[in-house]
Amino acid sequence: MENASVLDERKEFILYKQDGCSGNEMKCDANSVSGAVSQRACVYCGARVVLNPITDAFHIVHGPIGCASYTWDIRGSLSSGDDLYRNSFSTDLREPDIIFGGEKRLTAAIEEIAEKYQPKLIFVYATCIVGVIGDDVNAVCKAMSEKYNMRVIPVKSPGFSGNKSVGYKMACNAIMELISKHEPAKRKGVNILGDFNLAGEMWIIKDYLNKTGIPVVSTFTGDSCHDSLIKSSGAELNIVQCAGSSAYLADRMEEEMGIPYIKVSFFGIEDTASSLIRIAEALKDEEAKQKAIEFTSAETGKLQQFLAKYRKNLQGKKAAIYVGGGFKAISLIRQFHSMGMETVVVGTQTGKKDDYEIIESLVNKDTVILDDANPAELEKFMKEKGADILVGGVKERPLAYKLGIAFCDHNHERKHPLCGFDGVVNFTEEINRSVNNPVWRYINAEL
Amino acid sequence: MLDYTKKEQYGRSALRINPAKTCQPVGAMYAALGVHECMPHSHGSQGCCAFHRMFLTRHFKDPAMASSSSFTEGASVFGGGSNLKTAAKNIFDIYKPKIIAVHTTCLSETIGDDLNALIQGIDIPEGRYMVHTNTPSYKGSHITGFSNMVASFINYLSVSSGKKNGKLVLLPGFVNPGDMREMKRIAKAMGVSYTMLPDTSGVMDGPMTGKYEMYPKGGTTVEEIIGLGDSRLTLAIGKFASEAGAEALKKKCGVSCKTLTMPIGIGNTDKYVMALQSFTKKDVPYGIEEERGQLVDILIDIHPYTYNKKAAVFGDPDTVLGIAEFVLEMGMIPKYLVTGTPGDAFEAAAESLFTRFGMEGCRAKASGDLYELHQWIKEEGVDLLVGGTHGKHIARAEDIPFVRAGFPVIDRYIHSYMPLVGYKGGMRLAELITNAIMDRQDRDSSEEDFEMVM
Repeated sequence: MENASVLDERKEFILYKQDGCSGNEMKCDANSVSGAVSQRACVYCGARVVLNPITDAFHIVHGPIGCASYTWDIRGSLSSGDDLYRNSFSTDLREPDIIFGGEKRLTAAIEEIAEKYQPKLIFVYATCIVGVIGDDVNAVCKAMSEKYNMRVIPVKSPGFSGNKSVGYKMACNAIMELISKHEPAKRKGVNILGDFNLAGEMWIIKDYLNKTGIPVVSTFTGDSCHDSLIKSSGAELNIVQCAGSSAYLADRMEEEMGIPYIKVSFFGIEDTASSLIRIAEALKDEEAKQKAIEFTSAETGKLQQFLAKYRKNLQGKKAAIYVGGGFKAISLIRQFHSMGMETVVVGTQTGKKDDYEIIESLVNKDTVILDDANPAELEKFMKEKGADILVGGVKERPLAYKLGIAFCDHNHERKHPLCGFDGVVNFTEEINRSVNNPVWRYINAEL
Repeated sequence: MLDYTKKEQYGRSALRINPAKTCQPVGAMYAALGVHECMPHSHGSQGCCAFHRMFLTRHFKDPAMASSSSFTEGASVFGGGSNLKTAAKNIFDIYKPKIIAVHTTCLSETIGDDLNALIQGIDIPEGRYMVHTNTPSYKGSHITGFSNMVASFINYLSVSSGKKNGKLVLLPGFVNPGDMREMKRIAKAMGVSYTMLPDTSGVMDGPMTGKYEMYPKGGTTVEEIIGLGDSRLTLAIGKFASEAGAEALKKKCGVSCKTLTMPIGIGNTDKYVMALQSFTKKDVPYGIEEERGQLVDILIDIHPYTYNKKAAVFGDPDTVLGIAEFVLEMGMIPKYLVTGTPGDAFEAAAESLFTRFGMEGCRAKASGDLYELHQWIKEEGVDLLVGGTHGKHIARAEDIPFVRAGFPVIDRYIHSYMPLVGYKGGMRLAELITNAIMDRQDRDSSEEDFEMVM
């Protein structure tokens, strides 16, 4: 791909940071160009990744087998209870269903589950062709809910109806449908939104809140279950980590249930510390705030020694970031900064205008900022900027490796928790392990 | 406990649990990646393309390039014609492939896009090609999609010039690049002049060069596909993945064909070698005979450990049938054979294999799933599970030694470089199986039975 350039249609989605602020004219949050090798997924994928961590739900994919098989236990969301969500359930629609409609099969599938498992909660994902063949998924779900006295919630997620962000929204609507039917008593504490307990990260956040004396009412959706979710509307405050996936839910909960929210991030020292303190402030809890300040400054102190040890290995290395949402990119830029590294390329799949404004304010001049990048663009800019490591997801790993660039998975395949103070240790070690691995020395050996 | 499987078996008519297959398009994408300078193109929502690339990348640990028509609401109402047109222009302009291989999706099939007509209306640059195959996800499986793509390359491109080139066509089926390399190595050792379609070696197992090539060195060239029409014979390896391609070439260009079982194990590799031998009429070189002798020698060495051990094998039909026969050659019992791919031919082939080896009480099922396999195992256990990564929940729940073989293997490395086919592949598979069984014996033995020499 030496000669690869950038599609004209794509130029508006790419920005070189200038001196000062450009006023951010970059385009984002739009559909991908036909023919592009986009790294982006679809509405169904977005909806599924948000809901999948609900551990005791039956996630039934209504459609041909592919959508179910590609999402079978792929997300490293850990559970402290049920493991049901790690199985794959689908209607596996066949040709006769396409011709005569799939409602009968869907009904039968739900009945099989209802009779054998007495579930509390079923999500039915409507994939691309379900609407096209005319299935009334809402009606089936409603009838089944009534017949078996369980919650059967449709998730409107045909892949073509937008991008992954639309899927997040559909998942949030499904969650609202579940929780709005319940009116638990008001209680002290927060809901955590937009964390999926990858590698156990939700447990770290809960532990920190516990240390500052702030109770957690419910979590969305990492390590959650039917009974924990329906308590959520009693909470005082929502804290939103992955805003890309969950800000919409927070908005609706604020509007319809009167629960205010703040955006937080538990990636990196700065963001973790400031988030904990801001949560206490938002709750107007002085005691918690004092505890948060003490806890975070003690942890920060410990980590400074740790980071100093690694600084000689990492100082001056250049990082490229290509992640799903804007909030994570923002945290990562700060985190690299604290490690003595510079971010030279940064992109997201679903970042919003606000995210890109913050990103632009954080990076140095000439950093490349791009929305919905394709592999050719990532390659071009990583080479141009001399990136030493790429932080991304499953599709980016082999690309980085082929270019002889180190890699860290900050997505579903992360192997250690990367959030909180614990995560700083893991992240730094992982970056060091890859960037300074001896394997890179053998690439250009003369034979 | 990762075990939701109920032992009690009950009729399941509508619900699919823990599938042993995936949908057609990913197979078509894999086949298209085995053509040199080819851009596989997914005509549907962008999620399909992203999922398929991710799935292939997870198995091969290499980039899988493919583009998408990126359907929107509009396309799903008015058809995807304009998306395909824009896509073709963009792809030829920016990614500069020699050929675009379009496959459809459930969406584009259901809304009725006529790909023949759409492609005819597209302005394809001189010397470039655009082909398509229909891969409705609600029919067959990824194996069907692979098979359809191979047949479509032939239908679009292969021509008979009237002058035979004396070559053999090797359709390797849905296997790893390591298997394709091994089939080619044997053919070459036998002095056969061949063309393999598709050939993902050098594409999905590319070496590290420090440079990223969108179109790596490997893959069947378009010229070679065109030239298939002048070949003398086609060997279709695996009925499910390759027969359609062989039939297409026979129908279009009159190239006769022969279908072989996947050459896994002694008997099936013998048949492969004999088929090559009858093509060249040359003697089998000593090197190949030596490998066969080594494999038999190995099976003699290990037979006390493998005899009468019960195995459950699941995965793609051609691979499962090949492994099942090898398992029988090792003196083991292929207790359960399951594929998610539909087709009575699988069960018929399995039954005839059971009969041939005098096996009773073995079960085979097409259109099955891993939930059902798990139920069978709960009813009567096995000593070994062989299949792709998705069997790991069963292996853990039932505490069965597990050998990863087939597609997809997404939790281990290196498998895609190594063959299961040929005598060499047999040695490897024998080693994997025996090690799994013997490691288990070591783990489970009491201290006094824990042996240094085995």
